[in-house]
Amino acid sequence: MIESLVKGLLIAAPFAVVAVFWIMAVRERRLAGNPGARGFFQHNGVPIGIFLLLAVGFWAVVMIVLPQLYMVDYSFHPKLPPKDYGGPKDHYTLENYHYFIFGSTTERDALNTTHLRAFFLTIVCSIVVTFVNFCICYPLAYYMAQAAPASRVRLLMLLLIVPFWVNEILRAFAFRIIFGTSGILNNVLMALGVVAEPIDFLGLDVGLYTGLSYAYLLMMMFPLYNAIESLDRNQIEAARDLGAPWWHIHLNVVMPHAKPGIASGCTMVFMLSAGALAAPQILGGPSSLWFTPIVYDRFYQAFNWPQGSAYAFILLLTCVLFVMAVMRVFKVSLGEITR
Amino acid sequence: MSADVELDRVTIRFGPFTAVRGATLRIQDGEFFSFLGPSGCGKTTILRTISGFLEPSEGTVRIGGRDMRGIGPNRRPTALIFQNLALFPLMSVAENIGYGLRVRGVPAAERKRKVDALLNLIALADQGGKRINELSGGQKQRVAIARALAVEPDVLLLDEPLSALDLKLRQHMRNELRAIQRRVHTTFIYITHDQGEALTMSDRIAVMNAGVIEQVGDGRTVYDNPATPFVASFVGENNPIPGQVAGAANGMAVLETPLGRLAGRNPGGLSAGQAATVFVRPEALRLGEGAAEATFRATVRAIAFEGNLSHVYLKGPAEKDIVLTVGRDASSRVPQQGETASVHFDTRAAVVLAARP
Repeated sequence: MIESLVKGLLIAAPFAVVAVFWIMAVRERRLAGNPGARGFFQHNGVPIGIFLLLAVGFWAVVMIVLPQLYMVDYSFHPKLPPKDYGGPKDHYTLENYHYFIFGSTTERDALNTTHLRAFFLTIVCSIVVTFVNFCICYPLAYYMAQAAPASRVRLLMLLLIVPFWVNEILRAFAFRIIFGTSGILNNVLMALGVVAEPIDFLGLDVGLYTGLSYAYLLMMMFPLYNAIESLDRNQIEAARDLGAPWWHIHLNVVMPHAKPGIASGCTMVFMLSAGALAAPQILGGPSSLWFTPIVYDRFYQAFNWPQGSAYAFILLLTCVLFVMAVMRVFKVSLGEITR
Repeated sequence: MSADVELDRVTIRFGPFTAVRGATLRIQDGEFFSFLGPSGCGKTTILRTISGFLEPSEGTVRIGGRDMRGIGPNRRPTALIFQNLALFPLMSVAENIGYGLRVRGVPAAERKRKVDALLNLIALADQGGKRINELSGGQKQRVAIARALAVEPDVLLLDEPLSALDLKLRQHMRNELRAIQRRVHTTFIYITHDQGEALTMSDRIAVMNAGVIEQVGDGRTVYDNPATPFVASFVGENNPIPGQVAGAANGMAVLETPLGRLAGRNPGGLSAGQAATVFVRPEALRLGEGAAEATFRATVRAIAFEGNLSHVYLKGPAEKDIVLTVGRDASSRVPQQGETASVHFDTRAAVVLAARP
């Protein structure tokens, strides 16, 4: 019964989304107020308008909403062999979420410390990575957007972008070569006599943080650059002329202006770090247990897709809530971020 | 403390380009001083040098006798009002005005008192809580002035702040600026390409062209006794008639021109044979016959009726028409288009200047 209901819903959903877009288009036209303003279809023409509605509707529904909904639905089911799907053993249950907290499906045991610890560590480390990334990118973005001559900006852009043509996994392994116990960095340090014994950078998670920060550098860089670039240089000079020291100008003139860009960059880096898979697996020390590899293992080691779905859903929900909360604190609206 | 601003042989170069060449002048404490010149003449460069955003390539800038080299804009006793005002859009009116005080660590209570006083000065009392984008153009202008005055600068620098306003408001703001300057007794250094602004507001004007200060003087001097052909044609309307000096005596010179022999004052002491130009202002020209060396004849090309007066355009010796202003009193008959008219002038109102070598 429920199964057919869900299937009906899934078929109806795309049409519902198209209808919603249609209503929004009509509403936009009415809200425009002045009679000269053109509506969605007048603006784009009917064929392109229909294409946009269908394409965006398809993308939003089939590529994003449906798979996620499937995962959510999955997470509330027990692990079953395929033949039992929809059979008498198939029922809605919270056992996957229960397992995340208590490490068992039935009794209320002690807490599932391994997974919980990895989960919270992932969140905290992602915050740290985001912060580090911001500290690296902000001065560079400011320099490129306000101080550097145009030719140097182009060169810097190129230097920033080109390394990202290299495969992510390859980049992660390259960091292993640098940070390994017999890696380049340790060799240099020992040759210089700075340290006697090699430092276990990977074990100390230095490699992990560096790798993660580096992996999402551009995600921070571009929103920051765009936001700072749109600031009128005269405002910086005006503040300076009124006697403000440089840090005061950044804190009270540049950063407030760039707030949407900062929020956008930080959100992206945080979300991507929390969901990163390759870098933690390759660069993570033995003591660090990132949450995403656990999710991965639920799917491919334990073959427990419902549980993996539950874990992934928990991570997604936590990240979204966290980001929303932070945005609330800093008084940034979702609309500003997308600007 | 005196806050004279001195430029001592200031030269400013950008790579191979010399923006300002050998500028030397002294602006008195409490003066309303204007730099007047066409765009690209280097006047903004001078302003940015005084405010500290640029360092002179050669020469010295002194404020109150103190050499300003190496002192950044945040530590100079100057405040700059930008062409686009550069108000902080994310701050309220009061926060904008109080910004400089906040930077200086002035306690909140005193800051509020000062900001309120300034809001009164610019007639925006009770509007301190407004956002910048809620203000009209003239109000923004006044907020920018108040923000600059809040830090009690010795010198206020204004970079064409009125250029974005419409004509009526611009004329109103001229008077307002002048009134504010009289009230606060701060040195105002004003940059403009609009000679009307410079003439109405300033105590003294420096006329600039191509990086060089051509003349410094009060409005009347610059208008009546231009020192160079550039000043004569840039400040106010003027009719240049080129020729060659035929004779000079008693401070007067007679020029051989395509329109006949014409005389004028000879402030440069030119002597016979030199190439020169005689400048006569449209309002100095009169219709009808006059003295021998102050009369010429020319064809009327067009007439522009402007209500209180008419402009008569006569065919000049070069491409540019000679313009003549006729008032509306009954005695003056405006000639017809195509007629040949006699025109005369008072030789004391004409000035002969050497052509640029």
